[in-house]
Amino acid sequence: MSMDRRKFLKIAGLSTLIGLSGKGAFELLKPGTVEAEMSHEAEGHGHEHHEESAGPKVRWAMLIDVKALTKEKAEKIRETCHFLHNVPNWPDKKNEIKWIWEDEYEHAFTDSYNEYDEVLKGLPFLLMCNHCDNPPCVRVCPVQATFKRPDGIVAQDYHRCIGCRFCMAACPYGSRSFNWLDPRVQLKKEMAKGRELNKSFPTRMRGVVEKCNFCVERLAEGKKPGCVEAAPDVMFFGNLADANSEVRKILRERISLRRKLELGTRPSVFYLI
Amino acid sequence: MYDRGKVIAGLVIFAIIFLFPFIYNHGSASPQPKPSLDTPAIKALSQKKCVEDKQFMITTHMQFLNDWRDQALRDGNRWYVNKEGKKVWISLQNTCLKCHSNKKEFCDKCHNYAAVDPYCWDCHIDPNGSKL
Repeated sequence: MSMDRRKFLKIAGLSTLIGLSGKGAFELLKPGTVEAEMSHEAEGHGHEHHEESAGPKVRWAMLIDVKALTKEKAEKIRETCHFLHNVPNWPDKKNEIKWIWEDEYEHAFTDSYNEYDEVLKGLPFLLMCNHCDNPPCVRVCPVQATFKRPDGIVAQDYHRCIGCRFCMAACPYGSRSFNWLDPRVQLKKEMAKGRELNKSFPTRMRGVVEKCNFCVERLAEGKKPGCVEAAPDVMFFGNLADANSEVRKILRERISLRRKLELGTRPSVFYLI
Repeated sequence: MYDRGKVIAGLVIFAIIFLFPFIYNHGSASPQPKPSLDTPAIKALSQKKCVEDKQFMITTHMQFLNDWRDQALRDGNRWYVNKEGKKVWISLQNTCLKCHSNKKEFCDKCHNYAAVDPYCWDCHIDPNGSKL
């Protein structure tokens, strides 16, 4: 096909015009259509916003009564949780896997630590995954192995996890543990010493990250989380979205703390003081 | 052709080594496994039927289990409704292996025969076994 310079310039000019201005270029040819489409899109967007503001029907949250918690109860809660989820107790701290663990006020609330609060300073704090409303771990996971469920639980899919540990870097609460070694090796050692296995729940494998799952498998059966059953006078679990729920009532009556609020993660684990 | 002797001898040796596994195993195909479905739980059933019909389970259980996994874990929907409208609790450990309590026979026999190594049991526990 031969083409003279005049024809070439015409085609090049027209393509540039369309390329640069996109949809707007068609406005020259058929006025009115783009404007109609855009207003339609805006309407759709507005509708979405309206639904979002209505919020979810269920938003699970955990309340921990710090003043009712003792070292013994904390240990019982930890043992119950780690039994239910077949969490190994590695002797070497660098391999440690923890779903729920005990720490001091000073370490739990590094941002709002009040050194003159002598009551809080002596109390044990139970730390766990905060199941944030705005979870940084979910944002960084490259394979969507960790994700937020509609009921607010930040779940971890071990089938998908590739063990990159981005989530561990992103989590400001240290709630995530990495399986450096095959957890079954340690579990077998403990079983030889009399440890029972929970045969209705899986273990994990080497190379995945794990954390507290708010006992999602028990909630599905209509049960309360294991820690709440282990210490019903210390731990309270319920629906934040329901203004008449037990947890909302307690939150109205008691003063509560949440960890590292200034980071904007909006945790759903509350410490009653 | 230069070095005819060496080239042909080399080719013959290569062909023998390459074909050795085929010749060696010729005629000794291992028989197709027939896993036994007899377990106390299945014997006790009045109607011996899995979640879906047998042929479907044999041919499609891999995709089926993947779908179950995604439904339970990602969508949080733990109930499966089968073609007959019956509700089944979605769980490999607590539903499938409750009836098929003979994992070694039921799962492993065919998987070993077909030389497939599904990673289910890297994490999931055989609830009937005493070992991990």
